Amino acid sequence: MKQGLWIKLDALARKCSPFAITLVLVLISIVPAHIPGYARIAPLFPLMAVYHWAVNRPELLPAIAVFMIGLLVDTLGGTPIGVNALVFLTVYGVVAAQRRFLLGKPFWIAWLGFALTAAVAALQTWVLVSLFEMTLLAPEAIVFQYLTTLGCFPILAWILLRWQRAYLQRN
Amino acid sequence: MDERTRPIYRIAAPIKSAAQRFAYAGLVVSAFALMLLAKADAVLLERVRIHVTDAVAPIMDLVSRPVAAVSEIVEQAQMLVELRAENLRLREERVRLVQWQTAALRMQAENADLKRILNFKPGPGAHFVSARVIADTGGAYAQSLILNAGARDGVRKGPAVVTGDGLVGRIAGVGQRSARVLLITDLNSRIPVLLETSATRAILTGDNSDQPRLIHLPPGAVVTPGERVVTSGHGGVLPPRFPVGVVASVSDGGIRVQPFVRRDRLEYVRVVDFGLDGVLDSKPAAMDGANTQRAFP
Repeated sequence: MKQGLWIKLDALARKCSPFAITLVLVLISIVPAHIPGYARIAPLFPLMAVYHWAVNRPELLPAIAVFMIGLLVDTLGGTPIGVNALVFLTVYGVVAAQRRFLLGKPFWIAWLGFALTAAVAALQTWVLVSLFEMTLLAPEAIVFQYLTTLGCFPILAWILLRWQRAYLQRN
Repeated sequence: MDERTRPIYRIAAPIKSAAQRFAYAGLVVSAFALMLLAKADAVLLERVRIHVTDAVAPIMDLVSRPVAAVSEIVEQAQMLVELRAENLRLREERVRLVQWQTAALRMQAENADLKRILNFKPGPGAHFVSARVIADTGGAYAQSLILNAGARDGVRKGPAVVTGDGLVGRIAGVGQRSARVLLITDLNSRIPVLLETSATRAILTGDNSDQPRLIHLPPGAVVTPGERVVTSGHGGVLPPRFPVGVVASVSDGGIRVQPFVRRDRLEYVRVVDFGLDGVLDSKPAAMDGANTQRAFP
């Protein structure tokens, strides 16, 4: 069947949307929120998105895209360049290995999976940044950040799932 | 026909999967390599960081506006609720401040007289650039802000960033239209300070917590909670005697300082530049939300 230009463009836009949404989440996560104490424990929206797409549609968010998103988080966030790129790639790799187990399960399984993955990610970031700065970072803010991230995950996962059902149906 | 049954797929699939694995491993190695490079050659990657920040700055400028507007509305609603109590407090404060004003006017006149007697030469005028905070970044691992003013507005690397309350941080990187501020609470921040009453010198060092620590105090120095901490001006970049915070706690774990500036309240800040006055004066610039002006101390 011959496809028109617009149909092709539409398909391309849909294919790129997981990457684009994750980029937007990177920007949203650094907007000044004007909420006392928020900045230090702001939930890691990009991490949630990387996890979600890695579980549900990894072919639409390849490793190179994950790497680039991690680099953007590092460059904008002021963390040592490469740290979040590595952490996101780890999350992506871990999820890719466990994907058969996570796919098609009830939501709380995905959440539990995220809780474990995000804990590993937090620990990894803490170790990497501590090594880079040659000092032990105080862990309390990191623990609170982990908890807010965990708490916000169902909201974002629900939005991303709606997006997926509306625009990314497999033919 | 199902794709999986085609012979070509049976050959291509393992190759594709191997290539994907190889690409993944390559990316992990690249991430490690970048971290090592960042450690070895900080300047190069900082330049990359600045360019990326510059590219994103206009988007952040736009995105941060509605959030700021909503927070302002919320704040105004809170103010309406507390109107009566606030009014009472302000009346009392006004009575106190009028007394201070009288004292200040007398001292100003006296100061001018004394300067005239001494034939005092005033120092160079400070150059101010006002800018909007368009991003608050780093979470638990780094504490920095991004401003919507950069080199084209006369911002350069190094100067202090302040609000009416006190010191916010220092300019750590400058792009054409954006600048990165290293907050005084950041792990890498070191600010030479003075304890105001005892004139004890110290270094204020951040550790990513809300309260930075005082280190390198002279032996035998006595510090009491509640003492004001101001910039010392040593090093020549920061203005001297600029308020930073108050000593919050003194314990074996160290001396903690509570900054005057509240991070969640930051929207407009000023970059105070004392050096290179003439050069900066030759290229005045103004942009939306970031205007330049001169002031004399």
